[in-house]
Amino acid sequence: MQARVIEGYGSSVTEPEPAVDARRIAAQALSRVRFEEEALDLADQVYRVARRLVGSREEAEDLVQETYARAFRSWRSYTPGTNMRAWLLRILTNLNVDRGRRVQRTPQMQPLEESDYYLANKVASAAGEDALEQDQVVERLSQDSIVHALADIQPQFREVVVLVDIGDFSYADAAEILDIPMGTVMSRLHRGRRALKQRLAEETVA
Amino acid sequence: MTLDPCERCEELMQEFLDRTLSDAEWREAETHLAECDYCRRRYRFEETLRRYVKLSAVERMPPGLMSKLEELRGLDAMA
Repeated sequence: MQARVIEGYGSSVTEPEPAVDARRIAAQALSRVRFEEEALDLADQVYRVARRLVGSREEAEDLVQETYARAFRSWRSYTPGTNMRAWLLRILTNLNVDRGRRVQRTPQMQPLEESDYYLANKVASAAGEDALEQDQVVERLSQDSIVHALADIQPQFREVVVLVDIGDFSYADAAEILDIPMGTVMSRLHRGRRALKQRLAEETVA
Repeated sequence: MTLDPCERCEELMQEFLDRTLSDAEWREAETHLAECDYCRRRYRFEETLRRYVKLSAVERMPPGLMSKLEELRGLDAMA
């Protein structure tokens, strides 16, 4: 019998003997169950990111299922102790690209507003400087408006905003997940946030 | 080109909120915010907006999705 080297979950093992082979299989099964449990514990968070990346609840649900199907299939390639949430979201964002969702919304290039204070300035000129310090004013840029505005911005900007501002990932994690340089994360984030505020200004501040 | 202090503060604002500025830049922004009502209000606004953007995503998984995911357990590329 050929010795096999198993990599990934658990240490590498070289083991030709049947008795030990059975133990190895048992150990592997246990690792795998742990892996699955850990992954499923993150499902809510994974769904939250998916929900903001794609247009509808149904698409988000599909995307999460595909993500878990792929994750479970390739559980051996996950290195225990590393960031599983980032690992899962990397699968998810890749699938999202594969499925061509990037082009679905055919977003046009939006001219970018000149200022980061753009929305704040709009609010201030509509409701006064003091309005900027009132939570209710931002609250009135209601949940729905933010969701719509987010859905409206270009996908490569949306991805980064969703990961960093909603998923709480660091720039470095987002860079790893999306497989782009950190500088690109930062510039897309910057532009994405501006685009988001611009959409909000258009939608909510007459 | 030198930016006026408020333009400079605006430029630093997002990273100030992200807490990714260098110490020197952080102090620069903080000092300016302490003395400028215009920028402080905008800082407050941006901070609140961030919170609401995060809240906008608070949505539970649809009922039934978890059991669909549970059913996927045991899939294996090597099987």
